[in-house]
Amino acid sequence: MVKIEAFLRPAALEQVQKALADIGIAGLSVLEVRGYGRQRGHREVYRGAEYTVDFVPKIKIEVAVSDEVKQQAIDAIIKAAKTGQVGDGKVFVVPVNEAVRVRTGETGDSAL
Amino acid sequence: MPINPFTYIATSCFKECYNIQASYSQLLAPPLHSGSGQWTTESETSHLHIQFYLERSSTGLMHRNLMHISRIRLASLIAAAMAILGDSTQAVAEGITSMEEFQSMPLVYPKFMIDNLWILISAALVFVMHLGFATLETGLTRQKNTVNILFKNIFIVSVGIVTYALTGFNTMYPGDFNGFISILGPIGFGGDEVANLTTNYGPGTYTYWSDFIFQAMFAATAATIVSGAVAERVKLTGFMVYATILVAFLYPIAGSWKWGGGWLDTMGFYDFAGSSIVHAFGGFSALACVLVLGPRRGKYVNGQVRPILGHSMPLATIGVFLLWLGWFGFNGGSVLSADPGLVSLVFVTTSLAAAAGALASIFTSMAYLKKPDVSMALNGILAGLVGITAGADSVTWIGAILIGLIAGTIVVFAIVTIDRIEIDDPVGAISVHGICGMWGTIAVGIFSTNADHSVITQIIGTLSYAAFAFVASLILASLVKATIGFRVSAEEEDEGLDMSEHGQPAYADFQHINN
Repeated sequence: MVKIEAFLRPAALEQVQKALADIGIAGLSVLEVRGYGRQRGHREVYRGAEYTVDFVPKIKIEVAVSDEVKQQAIDAIIKAAKTGQVGDGKVFVVPVNEAVRVRTGETGDSAL
Repeated sequence: MPINPFTYIATSCFKECYNIQASYSQLLAPPLHSGSGQWTTESETSHLHIQFYLERSSTGLMHRNLMHISRIRLASLIAAAMAILGDSTQAVAEGITSMEEFQSMPLVYPKFMIDNLWILISAALVFVMHLGFATLETGLTRQKNTVNILFKNIFIVSVGIVTYALTGFNTMYPGDFNGFISILGPIGFGGDEVANLTTNYGPGTYTYWSDFIFQAMFAATAATIVSGAVAERVKLTGFMVYATILVAFLYPIAGSWKWGGGWLDTMGFYDFAGSSIVHAFGGFSALACVLVLGPRRGKYVNGQVRPILGHSMPLATIGVFLLWLGWFGFNGGSVLSADPGLVSLVFVTTSLAAAAGALASIFTSMAYLKKPDVSMALNGILAGLVGITAGADSVTWIGAILIGLIAGTIVVFAIVTIDRIEIDDPVGAISVHGICGMWGTIAVGIFSTNADHSVITQIIGTLSYAAFAFVASLILASLVKATIGFRVSAEEEDEGLDMSEHGQPAYADFQHINN
């Protein structure tokens, strides 16, 4: 069981959500975040003066999946979110020790 | 013979009466009973005297008038119209001796009501400009200073109106005075209604109270202009003291030079609705305050300009559109009557200049800054409006477009230049009101259709306002700085004035990450 944390372009959300739903993944959380990677922000002009946007608006999606569908889910996210331009984002996969469904008390993969 | 102001009303009123009479004849029905309507004319005498009795204890006076007039025979109507159009006009307009007599004048009184109503509507429109300033300033600054900006705007309009009643109005319109300064006391006319609430007062188009409230709405504007320029670092108490003195004394003194019949008026200087008297005055007061205050923390780092972004372009846009709306009253009301020709011309010149200012600033910022900057477009609208204010009644529609185009171009370069020489004006008030106010005043000398307006006099006038506002504000702000303080501490500024000065966030439930 793993949690996939993906930092993506805000515009990618709809496609990513659809791609994950298509492979039968039921749950998804999304957060509005700001940050930078190798792109290091970008330059903009406000009232005639340049400034750097250090922290670029991104979304972070969090989805917990079983080990069996892990690779399938990662592939779906990347396929849906990729534009080929700088700033497409990153996907992190972290191990999850336990999952419990609050309503029923189910644990493990059946809680997902 | 000069144009008779009553010709239009007399003619249209006459037509109305005639039509009503005709329709009643067709219906063979008596007019509605509503009191003891009765005309008597003394057509035999050379001085025709008209009396028109009716109840006027309830609303719908105009309607009732027409009902009554319908009873009158055509012949007496013609006699009545001739009486008013004839040489008794002057006597009717100025020689009123009682309120009853005034209200019974069938053509004079309705015209007065319309003129007076337009001044009151204009006063209300100018009031809306204070909401415009509040939202514009809020939008162009950071959200952590929002409550502080709103607070300052609430304070200014309130203290402005009260001090204008206590001293400002009479100081600005002192009657006979030395032409430079005459500080006087509170409003009031000693209960003489006939002198102050009829055509006997002023130009004969509005009452004393209308005069006061229209001018009072203007007065607070000058201090509001400063509020935007000093935003995000001015100390609240210091600013309150500064703004009170500015609006109570400095603005009315400067205003008396032209509108009060002072030395600039004598010289032939022209400023229709206040490009210099209100806007250049406010803009150069703002410049002095910004110099005393210094830039916001983080605006200039190692000689580099670091822009501090406004937090709400929707609020800024609402503000500018409200200001444009208010300007119909600011300029339109400055006609000081509901004169159909002049008021409509002023609406046209005002809007054309605003639109031309927007277009000029849009294309200037696209070409010069390589970016269609919405805040620049908004400043362009204001630049056009400020620019046309001095000559809105005395330029052609083409002149208005040219004034607006030049103002909208000037404002972009002025904002960028002022920013680069480390004068930190978050909303561009110095450029919009100061620089474009000067331009608009000088433009009267260039574009006016009135041969009496001269460029040299206009330059002398606008420089006088700019210099007086700058020097007086520099002294006043320095005094405030030396005594109670004019700027918050660095820690308070970093935290934001909403929390440090007011202990109250503007958007308590909104999530945000400060970048």
